[in-house]
Amino acid sequence: MIMEVDELQPILEAIIYVADQPVKPDQLKEVLPNESFDKIELALTRLMNDFNSRPGGMIIREVAGGLRMTTRPEYHEHVRAYLKTKPSAKLSMASLETLAVIAYKQPVTLAEILAIRGKKSSTALSTLLEKKLVSIVGRKPVVGRPILYGTSREFLIHFGLKDLSELPTLEEFAEIAGERF
Amino acid sequence: MENNEVLDSRTDSANSLAITIRLDGFEGPLDLLLHLLKREEIDIWNIPIARITEQYLEYLQLMKDLNINVAGEWLVMAATLIHIKSRLLLPPDPVAAPAEEAQEDPRTELVYQLLEHQKFKNAAQMLYTREEVENAVWIRPPGEILDGEPDVIAVTLWDLLRAFHDIVKRFEADRAMELGGEEVSIEEKIVEVRRLLLVHDSLLFSSFFARSASKRHLIVTFLALLELVRLHEIWLYQERAFAEIQISKGKR
Repeated sequence: MIMEVDELQPILEAIIYVADQPVKPDQLKEVLPNESFDKIELALTRLMNDFNSRPGGMIIREVAGGLRMTTRPEYHEHVRAYLKTKPSAKLSMASLETLAVIAYKQPVTLAEILAIRGKKSSTALSTLLEKKLVSIVGRKPVVGRPILYGTSREFLIHFGLKDLSELPTLEEFAEIAGERF
Repeated sequence: MENNEVLDSRTDSANSLAITIRLDGFEGPLDLLLHLLKREEIDIWNIPIARITEQYLEYLQLMKDLNINVAGEWLVMAATLIHIKSRLLLPPDPVAAPAEEAQEDPRTELVYQLLEHQKFKNAAQMLYTREEVENAVWIRPPGEILDGEPDVIAVTLWDLLRAFHDIVKRFEADRAMELGGEEVSIEEKIVEVRRLLLVHDSLLFSSFFARSASKRHLIVTFLALLELVRLHEIWLYQERAFAEIQISKGKR
């Protein structure tokens, strides 16, 4: 049965609601084999427009190559009060710096990270591996075949990124760095 | 003087306890340099190396006094600074070709290293802000039924009668002659089943009949199990169709 985009839209909304991971278009295509990718994409675009233009407490966002329904960040105080939770443990500055180097220089070895940061980074790296924000992506074809690290899908989810291209370029940070001095 | 003594004694006790503070992964030499430059509002393109080197070495000494484990990279940076300082002090090489008058500033490499480091510090700040936002949103909590217990089939009365019938048949085939055996009441049997289920999460339906000495005993056991089902104390299930019937505590 072929559906109209208007019929498709609420179905996609329902699926995005129940999903515990960002929903990718090809997962939707699997569930809706008779519908074309184009139509699914169109329905998703319309859904995002409609859903996000209403002044609701929820928002559909593009995260890690998929769509995810979350509460709007501006209501965090009230949600947190209801859930009786405290903000979860955040990453240390050392971990964030190491992560920044990996994100921008990937694939990268531990020695290269050390060269850029000018200090040991193995503790921070193991924290990042443990939190699955970083993963081993291979080995560098040089003497000793050192391990190469890269960011994971979990990294995109953790920082609410659609994909790596959503990160500002390093040059943008250079401008900020230049202005500071 | 007194202050110095206090500091010294504290350092001594720290030494004797072999307490060392490790700065691994926290601040490195580049962080200290950036800190000094910012504090002194120094133009990064024109670093007064002599002054900065002096301050850097002061901090290094302070760290040693406080028994902070000064890792190799701190000493490498100290050496680099001293090297740059000495090169700046040297008069330009008179033998060098005058064409190369624009000799490279010995500070350039360090400046680029500092700028590069600052870029990543800014990038880390951006990640921090993003994390902050992500910590302020929630998704729907995972559903309870998604990955629940293994699918099981509740057993009907007819399945149960069939199973019991098989047990009786097997019993009759095995035993040529019925032994008298002890008399057991349904109530006693119920107590026995309850006791068994205190230590076992689930048991095979057939296991309750394995040690029965008489047909009467089989029937009493069967009736006891039925009674417990009626009371919702136990429930009977199969992991798949035609699998052995199992008994476990609780209601469903």
